[in-house]
Amino acid sequence: MSPAVMLPLKEKDKPIVQKLLSAGCCARCVLRFCCVSVHAAYRQPHQETLKELQTFISSDTENGKSQDPDPAAPESTEEDNKSQDASVSEASDDPPSKKAKLDPGVSDAPPEGVKESDVCMLCLGILQDLCGPSRAVKIAETVKTENYTFDTLVLSVSLPAQLCVREHSCWLHVKKEVREKSSVLDKDDVIQVKEAFKWVMQGLVAKELGGVAVVTKSQFEVGVEFIHPETDADCHFLATTCGDCFKPTKNKLSMFTRMAVVKALEKISDSKFLKHFPCPPTRPSSSCTAQDIQCLHVSVFVAGRYNKFCRSLPQTPWVIDGERRMESSVEELIAAPVLSSFRADGFNFSSSGREDVDVRTLGNGRPFAMELLNPHTSRLSRAEMKQLQETINNSSDKIKVRDLQIVSREAMGRMKEGEEEKTKSYTALIWTQKPIQREDITFIDEIKDLTLDQKTPLRVLHRRALAVRQRVIHTMNARFLDPHHFHLGLRTQAGTYIKEFVHGDFGRTKPNLCQLLKTDTDILELDVESVDVDWPPAIPE
Amino acid sequence: MDGVEQKDTEANAPSVIDRYYTRWYRADMKGKPCEDHCILQHSNRLCVITLAETHPVLQKGRTIKNINYQISNACSRLNNKVSGKSKRGGQFLTDFAPLCRITCTDETEYTIYSCIRGRLLEVNESILERPALLLEKPSTEGYIAVILPKFEESKSITENLLTREQFESVVSKRSVAQSQTS
Repeated sequence: MSPAVMLPLKEKDKPIVQKLLSAGCCARCVLRFCCVSVHAAYRQPHQETLKELQTFISSDTENGKSQDPDPAAPESTEEDNKSQDASVSEASDDPPSKKAKLDPGVSDAPPEGVKESDVCMLCLGILQDLCGPSRAVKIAETVKTENYTFDTLVLSVSLPAQLCVREHSCWLHVKKEVREKSSVLDKDDVIQVKEAFKWVMQGLVAKELGGVAVVTKSQFEVGVEFIHPETDADCHFLATTCGDCFKPTKNKLSMFTRMAVVKALEKISDSKFLKHFPCPPTRPSSSCTAQDIQCLHVSVFVAGRYNKFCRSLPQTPWVIDGERRMESSVEELIAAPVLSSFRADGFNFSSSGREDVDVRTLGNGRPFAMELLNPHTSRLSRAEMKQLQETINNSSDKIKVRDLQIVSREAMGRMKEGEEEKTKSYTALIWTQKPIQREDITFIDEIKDLTLDQKTPLRVLHRRALAVRQRVIHTMNARFLDPHHFHLGLRTQAGTYIKEFVHGDFGRTKPNLCQLLKTDTDILELDVESVDVDWPPAIPE
Repeated sequence: MDGVEQKDTEANAPSVIDRYYTRWYRADMKGKPCEDHCILQHSNRLCVITLAETHPVLQKGRTIKNINYQISNACSRLNNKVSGKSKRGGQFLTDFAPLCRITCTDETEYTIYSCIRGRLLEVNESILERPALLLEKPSTEGYIAVILPKFEESKSITENLLTREQFESVVSKRSVAQSQTS
């Protein structure tokens, strides 16, 4: 065995160490309750630490320090991840007991007669055999398999909620001894399981991934989760003692969330707690189970403008009674190549307003943005974005995209801001019941800022509130085609329902074109000519 | 724009109703001869209640004296208010709930009914100001009310109603019967 790190323990830690070891606490949990914050102390194999602890308590040095005094050793300074003692990292190759433990088929007889193979009653094995080089290899393998592009990663740990209950019980068990060590120490000074786990694992994972920085904040998160069904019932007594902390929630499997348990533990009195829960906690028969490793990259946002040239293409998939109504949609045509370029799991599409299935969007197009969920590739160069735009445009002649670019989450708000205030221009093909002559429609060009009272159109009333909305048609122009048809150009306030203005919607939009022309009118075709929102910025071709 | 080549098709151009609504009928409402109602159901399930063109109010050059949405001392359809997307507060109507009473200048009086189960969204107040709308455009601007059936009943509510073909056959049998008796 390689030389061990000196454990920064003092004489006053002895009773704590003693009490915890005999209660079935693992070596790293002992260090936690001794408030040891030297990272290197956690990084050495826990079996090593245990041996040192055992030697420590059996030595009867009254005058201080640990059994291997080293005045140069740091006592409680926070260490940088990378500055760890070489001897520790080199020494951390797993002893055979580790593999035996992880493989349920193999007997987990304690090696070398060390009692350590017992699962810790505090961390339920998380800081024992679930925390070491082989775990790091597994995490790194998953990350490599998923093939993300990233500079840094953050390791997140999800622990069973009952760990808090056990931690509380253990705190009550050694509180007296900890206070005797130093009166200023409190429960908060105990190193958290999560922290200790990260101190051990971050460096190991970084090494496995070839030196990638494992940091506290990153766009890329690698999550490890542990469960321990055997002791899930540990929390249940809290529901009867602190019922108000636990409310059934819709999306959570169990109401015993970590947050709720922590809150309940803050409220409960020590005596009440001790009546319901053993102190120290009982030893579990099995170790925690590690769930699948979850990788998640924060969303990337992509924006642009689209044209829609087809009168049988909805903006989003059109499903009625679970049945698909149209073959494709604008968002799907755009999303497919974007998803594959960014290798994302999914997307949310939004746009500055939307057009009906039978309406075309011409001109510069309609601003849109999409959130790409869990992108495995998060950066594309300008040229690559341009290439992506080409791919979209070559994939279908029903739509065209321009100004495609990566934007920030915040910038997306600009699109929705513009939605209500900005103007939109349209061209409509109008049919009139009575025959018209050229001069019958010229008066339309003179109408300026016509205010409409629009009741929510019957067409959308099933899903929108009933209201009368005032909308302004700023200008109109009429181009005669034949005695029953003309083209009507309109520039309107956003949110004006054009179809209803033309046919009147059972008289629910007033005034309407039927009233203005004193004949029934209907709209045969509609094109959006421009959506005047100046976002996203134009990209020169 | 395209489609200009369709310019001479106005005779056949389907109206807004033809494009988005299905016509359903109830003939001889509550056994009263010819008191036919027409229900326009939008593809979004919403229904517009109108008078069928065969309704006595629209016959014999009658003119309307009064339209009254106060269907009892306690209940006026004019007090119906809905709020929010879920249309809270709207009166819930069953098939034979009266919507309004129409009195003609010849003192004949007719009750118009809901015809379907659903939530009353609005009644047409324009016909109070201009009763002539009801005579001129009974199936559009002269509508009576808008009703939103329950989502799960959007198909079943029309089961007891007549399709356009069925209604037309009822009407043609009527005129045969009439010509035989006369």
